[in-house]
Amino acid sequence: MKFALFLGCKIPFYLKEYELSTRAIADALDIQLIDVDFNCCGYSIRNYDFESYILSAARNLALSEQKDLNIITPCMCCFGSFKNAIYFLENNKTLKTKINEILQEENLTWTGKCEVKHILSVLYHDIGLDFIKKQIKEPNKNLKVAASYGCHGLRPSNVLRFDNALSPTIFENLVNITGAQSVSWSKRLDCCGNPLWGKNNSLSLDLMRKKLLSAKKSEADCICSACTYCQIQFDTVQSEEIIEKQDQIPSILFPQLLGLSMGISKKELGINYNKIKIPKIDIA
Amino acid sequence: MFFNIALYLSLTICIAGVFYKILTWFKLKIGQDALQYSFGERVSFAVKGIFAVLFSSHIFKLIKVLISDIFFQAKILKGKMNVTRISMHFFIFFGFMFLFFMHALGNQVAVLFFPEYIPTLNPFMFLRNLSGLFVISGLIIALYRRKTVSLLKATINFSDKYIVIIIAVIIISGFLLEGVKIISAPVYDQMVEDYAGLEEPDEIKALKLYWSEKFGVVFPVTGKYDSSLFEQGRELHKENCMDCHVQPNYAFISYPIAKIVSFAGNFLNNKRADVWLWYIHILACFIALAYLPFSKLFHIISSPVTLIANGILDKSQIKPANLITLRAVSLDACTHCGTCSLSCSVMPVMQNILNKNILPSEKLISLKAVVSGKNFSNKDFNDFCEGSFICTECYKCTNYCPVGINLQDLWIAAKKDLKEKGVKEPYIQARDSFDSKWSKNLKDKNIVILPDYKTIFKHLNISNQASTFSSCFKCSTCTSSCPVVANYENPIDVLGMVPHQIMHSLALGLGEMILGTQMIWNCTTCYLCQENCPQDVKITDIFYELRNLAQKQISKENINKLQN
Repeated sequence: MKFALFLGCKIPFYLKEYELSTRAIADALDIQLIDVDFNCCGYSIRNYDFESYILSAARNLALSEQKDLNIITPCMCCFGSFKNAIYFLENNKTLKTKINEILQEENLTWTGKCEVKHILSVLYHDIGLDFIKKQIKEPNKNLKVAASYGCHGLRPSNVLRFDNALSPTIFENLVNITGAQSVSWSKRLDCCGNPLWGKNNSLSLDLMRKKLLSAKKSEADCICSACTYCQIQFDTVQSEEIIEKQDQIPSILFPQLLGLSMGISKKELGINYNKIKIPKIDIA
Repeated sequence: MFFNIALYLSLTICIAGVFYKILTWFKLKIGQDALQYSFGERVSFAVKGIFAVLFSSHIFKLIKVLISDIFFQAKILKGKMNVTRISMHFFIFFGFMFLFFMHALGNQVAVLFFPEYIPTLNPFMFLRNLSGLFVISGLIIALYRRKTVSLLKATINFSDKYIVIIIAVIIISGFLLEGVKIISAPVYDQMVEDYAGLEEPDEIKALKLYWSEKFGVVFPVTGKYDSSLFEQGRELHKENCMDCHVQPNYAFISYPIAKIVSFAGNFLNNKRADVWLWYIHILACFIALAYLPFSKLFHIISSPVTLIANGILDKSQIKPANLITLRAVSLDACTHCGTCSLSCSVMPVMQNILNKNILPSEKLISLKAVVSGKNFSNKDFNDFCEGSFICTECYKCTNYCPVGINLQDLWIAAKKDLKEKGVKEPYIQARDSFDSKWSKNLKDKNIVILPDYKTIFKHLNISNQASTFSSCFKCSTCTSSCPVVANYENPIDVLGMVPHQIMHSLALGLGEMILGTQMIWNCTTCYLCQENCPQDVKITDIFYELRNLAQKQISKENINKLQN
């Protein structure tokens, strides 16, 4: 299985552990990741200028098409950004023509051939739970995990088609296969607050606190995220803003959780980069 | 006399310029953290830093960087167009270095290694032409690179043109000079007078014949070919000239030039073309030398500094004061090669909104102008701010920079400076500006419908989603599913309006007033409203569009402000 790896803007510098763990599990599961000189998916510019957003997304898709590859991304926001852009391009001929005209300057074209998948989808649908189950060597026993979906990968469901948007199960199933126990928590489909970080910090923190509280109530040992921005919020922002240790709840990236159960070393998974330590994992 | 004056003058300007530039490294302040350190402190930290590296295990890393990154320039291999770029730099660098040490400084440097150094003997004669060819090839690759890649073509500036032109003038005038010297009878006569001391008219005639036949010198009067005279010439050549002169065909570029121009040989000799070309060649060299600290050529001094500093230590190991100094060095170290911009994450945004300041290579030039207090128009400053805030800090530019500049650190520091100056990022600027305009009306429920609301809606269909608001039947499912609304006890007080009210207001044609609601700007874009809407109203997508609309209005206002 071969994909172009789309890391997005934040992972290489701000979230190295996500790249490390993604590459490590991909390697172990025989997913070949090809590095392409991509640009931003357009997520951050969408607030500013719609066409710049579509062009950014389309250029990546066109680059991938040129190499005859589909895209895999570990970020829910990048995933959502691409899927929405594809939707808009498919449904708006004028937009498509205009974007392709600009892409043409670099001999690129968007035709819609390139598919974009989130890493959870690839694991669940393309690799399959049965196959992953066979790779589990050291199940994460006694670990209660609150899986946090990430809004931009889930909704709007008519565009994303990731899972049932009102009661998704993919993430919990994947968590359970690693030997950990996924908990049921009320805020699992809610926003982490990161899109407002830097714009309205108090609201951003309010939204995060609600999620943390809900995860705590469900007696989870940690949150598990599969999105760059969720993890930045739950790890970086939480570690800086919620000082009291008893109020904190750590967050682990799904590839890290899976990697641990597959017997991949903590170092390869970049566990040491996580700012809030996960007691059951760090001590074990 | 002329030579010495020009040399010392240009050398003085060059040294003073370098000194001045180095002073600015310790003076320019980029980033809020730069305010903590004085000029003196920065100098002393730099000196301590240099000693700390020289007298520690870092010295091995230093040697490694010197060999791999500075001598072999391994970092140039990173990023797009890497093969073109490294071959360009390799040809120019090694060609030019050879010419500089073995030709320009032949009598000072070359003689140290080759006591028998004579420029008109091999291998020097051959290698000089080869090096010249190297440099010319490098320049051709550079031109090819600039002309074929649209982004590089669009960003070409004076400095890029200057460096190519001045080097081309030096090399081409050098080849021409060597060419016309080969055919020059006056030069020949001077040499014979200085070194051969022939007195017999026969001998003079014989040697002339030999040199005209074998070395291509063009004499005003050429006698008939006479084989015995030619043999006599050969003997005289052996006695007097051969020790210092090889056949000119080893100058494999200059000799063909000599052959080509020899049809006008007498004319060129009479006009002393060799003297003219010598002046051009020497002047070009001295102009390059004097202007070096102020041109891209200065990178031969500044780039190794950034390569060494960032190559030996990572950011966390560099003392804050030195980090600040390095930022200033970076501004001089940039060679405007464009590698960063070719891989920039937000480059496509530039393709759409055509602000070059989005590209790192161009933003750096603007930053340099901003921090050194240069005259900067409001429009340019606006563009610089826009470019700064569009950057996603993805680190790619830093990763690819062939001279090892920590560009990301520069952008983050520059953004902090802008914020300190009161420049808001576009999102905040738009939010606050519409808030201050409409918050009172919203609070008093004083609804104003401006006559321009129709033009506003005209823009509200870029994503083909906006018109869906007309299907809204005000069930308020969106509002009840919104986590932001749920966060407040009295949401309408804080947010101005809640989602279903906004959809309804759009149907009423409320226009700009909606942009003043905090709801638009505090939406997390979680899409819960849109997902739950029974009428399939694209609420979140409409919110995005409203933000875009507000940004467009603000940009327009900014431009109007500049024009007045």
